[in-house]
Amino acid sequence: MVRNVATPAARATGTPRLPSLAQLSWARTRIELKLFFRNTDQVFFTFLLPVLFLVLFSSVFSGKIDAGPGRTIEFPTYFLPGIIASGVMSTTFANLAISISIERNEGLLKRLAGTPLPRAAFFTGRLAMAVVVTVVQTTIMLVIGIAAYGVDTPPTAERWGVFVVVLVLAAAVGAVLGIAYTRLIRNARSAAAVVQPPFLVLQFISGVFFRYSDVPDWLQAVAAVFPLRWMAEGFRYAFLPDWFGQFEYGDTWGWKLPVSILCGWLVAGFVLALRFFRWDRQSDR
Amino acid sequence: MPAWIPVTVHGLRKQYGHVAALRGVDLDIDHGEVFALLGPNGAGKTTFVEILEGYRRRSGGDAQVLGVDPGDGGRAWRAQIGIVLQSTTVFDELTVDEVVTHFAGFYGDPLDVGRVIGLVGLDEKRHVRGGKLSGGQKRRVDLALGLIGNPSLIFLDEPTTGLDPEGRHQLWDVIREFTSLGKTVLLTTHYLDEAEALADRVGVIIDGQLAALGTPLELGGRDRALASVRFELDGPLHGHALPELPGKVEEREELAVVETAAPTETMRVLTHWARTLGVDELPGLTISRPSLEDVYLSMVRAENHAERDGA
Repeated sequence: MVRNVATPAARATGTPRLPSLAQLSWARTRIELKLFFRNTDQVFFTFLLPVLFLVLFSSVFSGKIDAGPGRTIEFPTYFLPGIIASGVMSTTFANLAISISIERNEGLLKRLAGTPLPRAAFFTGRLAMAVVVTVVQTTIMLVIGIAAYGVDTPPTAERWGVFVVVLVLAAAVGAVLGIAYTRLIRNARSAAAVVQPPFLVLQFISGVFFRYSDVPDWLQAVAAVFPLRWMAEGFRYAFLPDWFGQFEYGDTWGWKLPVSILCGWLVAGFVLALRFFRWDRQSDR
Repeated sequence: MPAWIPVTVHGLRKQYGHVAALRGVDLDIDHGEVFALLGPNGAGKTTFVEILEGYRRRSGGDAQVLGVDPGDGGRAWRAQIGIVLQSTTVFDELTVDEVVTHFAGFYGDPLDVGRVIGLVGLDEKRHVRGGKLSGGQKRRVDLALGLIGNPSLIFLDEPTTGLDPEGRHQLWDVIREFTSLGKTVLLTTHYLDEAEALADRVGVIIDGQLAALGTPLELGGRDRALASVRFELDGPLHGHALPELPGKVEEREELAVVETAAPTETMRVLTHWARTLGVDELPGLTISRPSLEDVYLSMVRAENHAERDGA
């Protein structure tokens, strides 16, 4: 049956050509997406949670921000960028940190580590999956926001561009940080407990659920170290009028600073993931 | 043949804190050899195998696997080894075909997916998702994933644990099929019959050291061990004194037990003696040597006693 294959002796003389990193990353992306969309519970709750937030916030805080003539923003429009930012973090950072811990516990990752699959291809697959899921999730939120609550969309093509760039960057940053964070999770049962507190704290101090300018200065300074605050600002810049942004963020209002900082976090996150990720808790790899 | 020996290990040590899991193991495994590693739980089998697989780092000594230090094995090295881990990995949402195809894509020179699925006996389950497979079928998927890269060295960590007898024999056939191609196998197992059926050589690891090494037939001096001849002193034989025999004779109630290094000579004398008493068949006759299991268990027990006495 398998007698026509090359013997080890014959193969040792030639260098075996292994698939390229790009081929493997693509294969991993496809299988990750297949796995995600086949897990219907996961699909349902991943897409439902941010929509639920949007519905709740828009119902609880009805009304508008009024800063004088021609300067009003409906609450749903105001909340949407923050909810998108927190949804991205939840889908990428929290989901990946937890799901990878579970897979590591079940020995799935150890199995992959025993093959010639490079770790970078595994990360890229996870990252690409997280980006795709995030884009779908955000699209659903936007459609519901526009249809049900009449939220304002980004006013210009340039702002749409900022929105898309920040969205993809934010998802990628959340994904690599989620992968790196698995190092702190000792076992799958404690995963949610280890992931949720920092995520919740960041949501509160990054101006996701209320105005960033209401956060005390020293907490603003803490939040500014982490990426969530910059995701939120990037999305606000895309969705909200300039008068509001300058009022909230002063001179930093714009897309360049958030995008640069997120790019920095993406590089740092990838390095951290490569450095700290472990296929198996017990082993040295 | 490449110049290197598939597995060569000298003075291999592994320390976990103050606990010595491996205390100087020497071992060479040759091309095309099936080597079975036996040992009680916690003796260091998995640590040993996982160091060779590159999962763990050694604390001391030397190890070369396919001519490479397993601590620095790159992708090309990984492509040459196949691993079946002790615990079964399940891909609930993927079909057998999808998982095996996906893993085949990691290698430069994989085997045909359909052939490997057929080889492990999962043809009928090819398009069934992992979550719907039985425990034994999941184990076969593990084996398929270990073989798909067409490795020249395969690590099998307790491959047939959890399989029914028929499934075990079928997997043995798969392993034999592979070794017939000149591939090298390092197998750990708790089943002595598995070691006896598959292995060219057996090593027993106890308390982090290789306590015995040899072919299944000669392990622990089994080939030189005394044979035991037993029969019943019943009917016409009752009350008659036994003849002079080349061994240690013991009479227990109605049972005669002869421990002897010369079972053939013993039988010659005994049959002659029985004939003179008008008995053609010795009732309840058995001639046996210690099984691999007997030898193994006595080794493990001796170690446990030594430990207790030392403590």
